[in-house]
Amino acid sequence: MSPLGHLILARLREFYREPAALFWTYGFPTLLALALGLAFRGGDGRATPIAVIEGPFASERAAVLAQDPGLSVRTVSPRDVDSLFLGGGIVLAVGADPALEYRFDDTHPESEAVRRRVDDHLQRAAGRIDPLPTRDRPVTAPGSRYIDFLIPGLIGMNIMSSSMWGIGYTIVEARKRRLLKRLAATPMRHGDFLLSFILARLIFLATEVAILLAFAVLVFDVVVQGSWLWIAALSVAGAMAFAGLAMLAASRTQSTETVSGLMNLIMLPMWVLSGVFFASSHFPDWMQPMIKPLPLTLLNDAMRAVINEGATSAQVALPFAVLSVGAALTRVVAVRVFRWN
Amino acid sequence: MAHPNDDSAAVRVRGLVKRYGDLVAVNGLDLDIANGECFGLLGPNGAGKTTTVEILEGLLPCDAGDVTILGRTWRDGRKLRQRIGIALQETHLADRLTVHETVTMFRSFFDRGRTPDQVIALVGLEDKRDAWVVKLSGGQRQRLAIACALVGDPELLFLDEPTTGLDPQSRRRLWDVVSDFRGQGRSCILTTHYMEEAERLCDRVAIIDHGRIIAQGTPTHLIGQLGGTQVVEFRASPDVDEVFCRSLPGVSGISRFQQRWRLTVVALNRTVPALVDALRDRGADLADLTTHQASLEDVFIALTGRALRGDA
Repeated sequence: MSPLGHLILARLREFYREPAALFWTYGFPTLLALALGLAFRGGDGRATPIAVIEGPFASERAAVLAQDPGLSVRTVSPRDVDSLFLGGGIVLAVGADPALEYRFDDTHPESEAVRRRVDDHLQRAAGRIDPLPTRDRPVTAPGSRYIDFLIPGLIGMNIMSSSMWGIGYTIVEARKRRLLKRLAATPMRHGDFLLSFILARLIFLATEVAILLAFAVLVFDVVVQGSWLWIAALSVAGAMAFAGLAMLAASRTQSTETVSGLMNLIMLPMWVLSGVFFASSHFPDWMQPMIKPLPLTLLNDAMRAVINEGATSAQVALPFAVLSVGAALTRVVAVRVFRWN
Repeated sequence: MAHPNDDSAAVRVRGLVKRYGDLVAVNGLDLDIANGECFGLLGPNGAGKTTTVEILEGLLPCDAGDVTILGRTWRDGRKLRQRIGIALQETHLADRLTVHETVTMFRSFFDRGRTPDQVIALVGLEDKRDAWVVKLSGGQRQRLAIACALVGDPELLFLDEPTTGLDPQSRRRLWDVVSDFRGQGRSCILTTHYMEEAERLCDRVAIIDHGRIIAQGTPTHLIGQLGGTQVVEFRASPDVDEVFCRSLPGVSGISRFQQRWRLTVVALNRTVPALVDALRDRGADLADLTTHQASLEDVFIALTGRALRGDA
């Protein structure tokens, strides 16, 4: 086997013989998907807890609302209301006065919806006649649930962190242990060493993305609308871009503490800003020009477009190209400034 | 363009200088090591041994001077690397690769060489062949490092403090490996601060202090320069002076070391009784008396007034 083959083999062995690395790469993202998917699964038929505050109208209003199976109504005394809100026991309270008063957290979209729903019930019961008859037909559109939003983001985040840790940390540790220097003292081609990290990463990447996607499809019925080829291409481009950043961070760093700090500094803003757990459009407009070009934003948005919206090649070619060019540039610079001791 | 004699030299160094800021680590060092020779660089910690060796190994650039290894310079790097074997002072090889996997990977970097199993047997690690590196003892790791240095079947072997921190048994094992290598007519450079190691393994040694060679030759020759083969160390109370020491018969060298007098003598049976008598005549007590065979350690103390090992 060639020296490069042996170096790749060493990377693979170091990886699968390290239980912690296996957990963070495969176990953790899957568990995270499971936990978040269960917590935010929609349409599970669980009734929304609300309260009617004790008073002359309480029993009448409670009876009206109890007819909606989507609501779980209880009557409470006025002094218990605050503590129920705090504990998350109710999302809305209906006042006791003749004029309807609703108490709810107006920053929470779910509460807002419940308020409208409760108001409709009570108004109609009091005799309001809607000019047009209405009928509700609930639709769970594929790609519109929270888990559908989450999975592409988790794939992106996983590609980022496993590329960064797997390459950046490992290289700095080898430097600290003087293993880099020892290898540089052999006739090994220096390029082979760095290439072995890239190629080994591609092997891990394939399994990593496949496991997470298979989990999403099998457990949460996530439907892949777009091309699997584009998922693969974006995964590779993203992994290479983060591999380049990791090599840059590790190119001269002497201590594992420093490189850990450096990589967290690179990754932390992207975890928050790049739309892993919630859409980056929540951030104000003036921040968008800073958020959009972040590699994880490019990767997540493109991945989401392919998986959930079946985006065409024309739509994801640009982020793919930007990630690829970024990967090439960071790698060239990293190789140039790389220190073997 | 090469000098005809260059081919017979394993190492040729002229005017080597290396500075770290204001600190001059290597200060104009010349060195000639012949093919087939085992050469030792001795000196205390911080003398510049490792810096010198790493420049010779092509791992550190020097500030001035010429280095020729096996007739080539480091401009020819990769070709030269095929012909030398290196064990650094301290290397932690990958924890979770086995001994055999580690040696096999190193073997893959060389165009030619021995089989991994051959060198594993050579350093006596057969029964650890499939053990992870992290499970090896310090001595076993050091032997693995030497196996990695030998797997390319080098013409020239560099060993930087190969036995520091090892137990006596592991040390003797490594010495056997180096003796075998030397027995095949290969060249070897080792740094050490164990005098016994240098005397046992090296054809010639150079004593380095403050980045310079302060003495060079065969161990026998260097010890011979002391003028005697035995060393007498003593302490007297009240103390005596140098004139007193010089008045004793058969003394060829006198030095003062850690509040003790150190005399190099030709024959113990002449000097020691005379010392005891002379002290009694003065009414002084002999507080402490030891004698030993003169060694390279004594050469170093005679040259610098300091011990080689920091803890001595």
